[in-house]
Amino acid sequence: MKPDTRHPTPEPRPSIPAAPRLDLASIRERLASSRGREYWRCFEELSDSEEFHELLKQEFPQQSAGWFEGVSRRDFLRLMGASLALAGLNACRATPSDEKIVPYVNQPEQIVPGRPLFFATAFPMNGAATGVLVESHEGRPTKIEGNPNHPASLGATDAFSQASILTMYDPDRSQVVKNAGRISTWNAFLTAINDDLEAERVAGGTGLRILTETITSPTLADQLRQLLAKFPRAKWHQYEPVNRDSVHAGDRLAFGTDVNTLYRFENADVILSLDADFLFRGPANVRYARDFASKRRVRQGKAEMNRLYVIEATPSITGAMADHRIALPPSEIPNFAGAIAAKMGLSVQASADAQRSQWIDALVRDLQKHRGTTAVVAGDQQPPGVHALAHWMNQALDNVGKTVIYTDPIEANPVGQLASLRELVKDMESGTVKILLMLGGNPVFTSPVDLGFAEQLAKVPLRVHSGLYEDETSAYCHWHIPEAHYLETWSDIRAYDGTVTILQPLIAPLYGGKSSHEILAALLGGSGVATYDTVRNYWKAQKVPGDFETFWRAALHDGIVAGTSFQPKTVKLKPFADVDVRSGASTASSETRNLTPENVQPETRDTQTKTGNSLEIAFQPDPTLFDGRFANNGWLQELPKPLIKLTWDNAALVSPKTAQRLGLSYRVGSRGGEHGRVFTDMIELRYEGRTLRVPSWIVPGHADECVTLHFGYGRTHAGKVGNGTGFNAYAIRTANAPSFGTGVEIRKIGTQYMLACTQFHHSMEGRDLVRAATLEEYRKNPNFAQDEHHDEPEGSLYPGFKYEGYAWGMSIDVSACIGCNACVVACQAENSIAVVGKTEVTRGREMHWLRIDRYYKGDPENPDTYHQPIPCMHCENAPCELVCPVGATSHSHEGLNDMVYNRCVGTRYCSNNCPYKVRRFNFFEYSDFETPSLKPMRNPNVTVRSRGVMEKCTYCVQRINVAKIAAEKENRRVRDGEIQTACHAACPTQAIVFGDINNREAAVAKLKADSLNYGLLTELKTQPRTTYLAKLRNPNPEIKTS
Amino acid sequence: MESDQLNKSSEIEAAAPVIEPGHTFASVTDKISAIVLTHRTPRFWYVGFGLSFMLVLVLLFGIAYLLTMGVGVWGINVPVAWGFAIVNFVWWIGIGHAGTLISAILLLLRQKWRQSINRFAEAMTLFAVACAGLFPLLHLGRPWYAYWLFPYPSTMGIQPQFRSPLVWDVFAVSTYFTISLLFWFMGLIPDLATMRDQARRRFPRFAYGILAMGWRGSAIHWHRYEMAYLLMAGLATPLVVSVHTVVSFDFAVGLIPGWHSTIFPPYFVAGAIYSGFAMVLTLAIPLRKLYGLEDFITLRHLKNMGEVMLATGMIVAYGYLMETFMAWYSGNIYEQYLLWNRMFGPYWYMYWALILFNILVPQMLWLRAVRTNVVALFLIAICVNIGMWLERYVIVVVSLSRDFLPSSWGMYSATVWDYAIFIGSIGLFVCLLFLFIRVLPMISIFEMRELVHETEEAK
Repeated sequence: MKPDTRHPTPEPRPSIPAAPRLDLASIRERLASSRGREYWRCFEELSDSEEFHELLKQEFPQQSAGWFEGVSRRDFLRLMGASLALAGLNACRATPSDEKIVPYVNQPEQIVPGRPLFFATAFPMNGAATGVLVESHEGRPTKIEGNPNHPASLGATDAFSQASILTMYDPDRSQVVKNAGRISTWNAFLTAINDDLEAERVAGGTGLRILTETITSPTLADQLRQLLAKFPRAKWHQYEPVNRDSVHAGDRLAFGTDVNTLYRFENADVILSLDADFLFRGPANVRYARDFASKRRVRQGKAEMNRLYVIEATPSITGAMADHRIALPPSEIPNFAGAIAAKMGLSVQASADAQRSQWIDALVRDLQKHRGTTAVVAGDQQPPGVHALAHWMNQALDNVGKTVIYTDPIEANPVGQLASLRELVKDMESGTVKILLMLGGNPVFTSPVDLGFAEQLAKVPLRVHSGLYEDETSAYCHWHIPEAHYLETWSDIRAYDGTVTILQPLIAPLYGGKSSHEILAALLGGSGVATYDTVRNYWKAQKVPGDFETFWRAALHDGIVAGTSFQPKTVKLKPFADVDVRSGASTASSETRNLTPENVQPETRDTQTKTGNSLEIAFQPDPTLFDGRFANNGWLQELPKPLIKLTWDNAALVSPKTAQRLGLSYRVGSRGGEHGRVFTDMIELRYEGRTLRVPSWIVPGHADECVTLHFGYGRTHAGKVGNGTGFNAYAIRTANAPSFGTGVEIRKIGTQYMLACTQFHHSMEGRDLVRAATLEEYRKNPNFAQDEHHDEPEGSLYPGFKYEGYAWGMSIDVSACIGCNACVVACQAENSIAVVGKTEVTRGREMHWLRIDRYYKGDPENPDTYHQPIPCMHCENAPCELVCPVGATSHSHEGLNDMVYNRCVGTRYCSNNCPYKVRRFNFFEYSDFETPSLKPMRNPNVTVRSRGVMEKCTYCVQRINVAKIAAEKENRRVRDGEIQTACHAACPTQAIVFGDINNREAAVAKLKADSLNYGLLTELKTQPRTTYLAKLRNPNPEIKTS
Repeated sequence: MESDQLNKSSEIEAAAPVIEPGHTFASVTDKISAIVLTHRTPRFWYVGFGLSFMLVLVLLFGIAYLLTMGVGVWGINVPVAWGFAIVNFVWWIGIGHAGTLISAILLLLRQKWRQSINRFAEAMTLFAVACAGLFPLLHLGRPWYAYWLFPYPSTMGIQPQFRSPLVWDVFAVSTYFTISLLFWFMGLIPDLATMRDQARRRFPRFAYGILAMGWRGSAIHWHRYEMAYLLMAGLATPLVVSVHTVVSFDFAVGLIPGWHSTIFPPYFVAGAIYSGFAMVLTLAIPLRKLYGLEDFITLRHLKNMGEVMLATGMIVAYGYLMETFMAWYSGNIYEQYLLWNRMFGPYWYMYWALILFNILVPQMLWLRAVRTNVVALFLIAICVNIGMWLERYVIVVVSLSRDFLPSSWGMYSATVWDYAIFIGSIGLFVCLLFLFIRVLPMISIFEMRELVHETEEAK
């Protein structure tokens, strides 16, 4: 095939075409013959070759005509005149956003300098929305808050949505259209692709393929449908590495149709999770966390709690909340689920050993006792059979319509994504695909390794990729289009229950990014159509009730389109016995390990007789980088992963027993120690003929004989932050077993690797830091958290300070805290906390003002896990204030422990004397004062700290002052709930409550009056303003815990 | 000669001389002033000065790097925010205790044997305090604002926070330095006059002349001098106790287990004297040998200093014992854990090395044979120097590394820059000492003459 000159082939990284050989003799000759001064810019020009002319033509196609052929005086004047006129026109361009511009000459009604505005939009992840309100300071978005109106948020957020603001400002984002690695333009792209498209149109789109991530956007789906109508033989594929294939396949297995399952955890008394990490994964994690925690609040007068049973392989935040947890390798979970189903009377052949069967008996009795108020949830990574089984179990337990709701699927086209990708790869291999348009995603990096996506991709004559970054996939593409971040574009998206949010841009695209809508519109022939019009026109066409303008404004204002949530749907479960088991097995993963009710004991029992070094492997999205899309986000890189507390790296997680069997060891580094660096053995995983070298990491509570790998790390084209961090689990993740598989061999390779771990110490050392009891113990003694503990010493030589007016305080409910990290990132975003990098973390110098301590208790094989968020305690009797020689930290009359950065000389005495170790020091110049794009991101109300200065949690004093000023203007007191610290606002479970403890009606004051309330280390007489509510668990009395 | 002395050990007990017999006023003056004025500068001086000056360069480089980059170049982190800098500070301050103790307290107690060692002990004090003073400055995150710790009339209207022990430190250390300097200089005045009179060349005569401040040795001069010197001694005496007491407050006021202890002030003062005497011995033994000053710094001096070391060492040992006892007796789990952590935690070797160097090895001083053996004394003194440094390391670093919340436990390990500045400070100390013995009489001439006079009279 003749090489396509318009789309130079980049393999694997685009290279500049070889320079033509210089003909020095002819150059000399020409130079000799020329008169006067002749400047030359490069050898190519000097040689005046054909190639050079060609190059110039490519670079400046419009001007190339007039360039060489000489310009007459008339032409020159004409050109100049036109340029001048065009320059004038250009100055008329409306910024910051094309659609609605607001002049500052006459101050607009809404915008008061210094006063932020909040705009509703939604954070998309896996195609699903979390409604957010974005704080905007004079046109610069600075902070994400949850949207209280939005069903998936209810005002809270998760760590990813909090961190997404940093991604938007990321200086490493792709900034220009690139053609084979060279800077090009959007127009050049349109020009270039038009011919190919024209050819495709003639052929009906046979060679046109579009690959997207999961799409729920009604407008985008409509555009895609239009495109498919225009190119009837084109195909639309969807692929994301974290997909819900199993879920959909299971639905089809159980119902024969696609459904969307919602859980009403606020009504569930008993919850059974079959490897379902519903507090972290899935489209409704934030909402589910809220609902789940609402049933775990025990306050005076109400001593009822839900009960959570979790069966899982990898310790998850959901598992950490469990009242009963069983660690099983993932392949044994289907069997275990079968055993539970069998006990419930479903005719499944499955068995469990005697000890387990007792456990199952108790569980089933508990479930059946609470018929109609239970929920059985299957994990996304479990095979479809388990999902089908969960549906049947929910039916059998009478949960449908009560705690389990079925609706239409939210995806515009709920295909099996792996199958979809397979099909695409096959078409690429056969040469059918002529144009591949990849809207977002990074399939070269994330696709299963055995599909050979990148290899087959090279066979496509024209490949286009749009993305936020010039990533691994862009490197393989002819064209790279910078994608607009969700905060920069109009769009729409559905939440887990179908509710639509219209995304509105907070800022014009920083780097000229194009939205998928814009690209598709261009393909549809409307290259000039603004995304705004595309989205708006779609909704105009929907025949909304009433006046469209009113509807539009309301939808934008509220952040939800009213009445778009799906109605519960009655679906008929297939009779249990006669299911055609193969019918739902459309995805590759389910073909091999499809669980059916009839043969529910699959090949999994062999793990019992496993010999030698063969282990099971589980693949999971990374808790902070997810599938790798956040690899260049410093906040998420440095965020200690829940439970394992690793930053900047992933590792192969194994149980203590397995580690012992394999002889895996670790060593705590002498610099940083347990709060810094841990050296662990590097191991080589050999799996299906591929190998991967990763450091090992021992996790209490992990299933034995199983290793978990988080994928998302090991990026090579992520950006300055993400490149070279961690190890690429995709390198051994195959299409046959995208979630888990057996037959991994592990070999120690004899070297050690330094991991950055912020908390390696597991035990509480018998100290009463997290006070815990069972619900039963609580009923017997509601004051257990205060009894039998060290009391605050009585009396003082000096009279205490009387806090008139406000007295700020915080209450943190340890029972409700799921350890999801949303508060940590929210704090980082609100307070412009610096990222320090892996090396500094290993030295014990990370800067988080709020950290989540994790402690284990009990058997390391399956311990109880406790999370304890630790912000500054704002001690009334603060040890830090006493010792500061310059008074840089002092107490306010409202009880805040204030930090005066300007005055700080950096003795670090305060940090030493802080018993909670919440103070953070700028050992170096950590804050980035240089990068221009990061400057507008920072909260303008918070000082950016420089080298040599101490910092710490301020209770978001900037927010307190804003509310106080507002209240003073209205001559009233600050109302309860008016001030929410960043952590308080972000917390999905409302575990963190802030307020005025002098106001007896305030939520925080009531919580502090609760019998569960206790202060940390009060025996030191620090009188902390941050106090905790003791942890309660609700174990089944029928099950004896170890 | 030493073996002779050993044979006559019974006599040492009774009335060993503080100056060897046979000296006259002139011989004393000649012998001591000649080291500075007429003898050729010995080769070891050049070697020693050169080596120590190289270490000073290391110090300067370390400081330059530190100021450019920030204190992050050290191994400190969040649980352990103080490292070598504070360890070295306390160590140097401790060393700086012997000089004033010898000059002031022993003067008031009329211990005549002090007269041959007080001069360079005082010099040592000054240099040690100078070294110590470096560290609190350098360890600041923003050292250019160090003056904020002083109560100067600020346009911002802000004063230091007087409840902080660090502010007390500023006063204690600067007062101590001032008094030590004045005391040392006052003691030098009659000798400077002697040097002026002895000097042949113009410049030394001029320089010593200026420094001697017109001392003519008249009876009035002597009368006033003695009074002033006694008064200064009276002023300096409480400082010996107060400085290290205040330094110990840096820790005792804190509430970290291992810091929060009322025993700290006496224990620190004893430790300071202990390390001070160890350092005097460390310096005196080679000096008397190299400059042939065995006549003036006799075995009796060494023996006495050994005894002081033994006594203060026992107080320090008692301090350790009481810490252990109180940890058990208090029933406080944090204190108990701290002790366990010191003994068996990741820094266990530091603790046991400290016990070995500070407690076990000096027990040999109970033996008279050891107390009068110069080499043994020298080795023990070195051990105590190391031991006292380790003690500060254990107090500062080990206590901080594991405090109340196990979640924030961490570790500290010194970096090359920690070592550079520490070793550099030793270099500075030694370098200053070499300069001192080169330009000033290292033994008080007039006080030695007094001794000659008194010995004569005693006959």
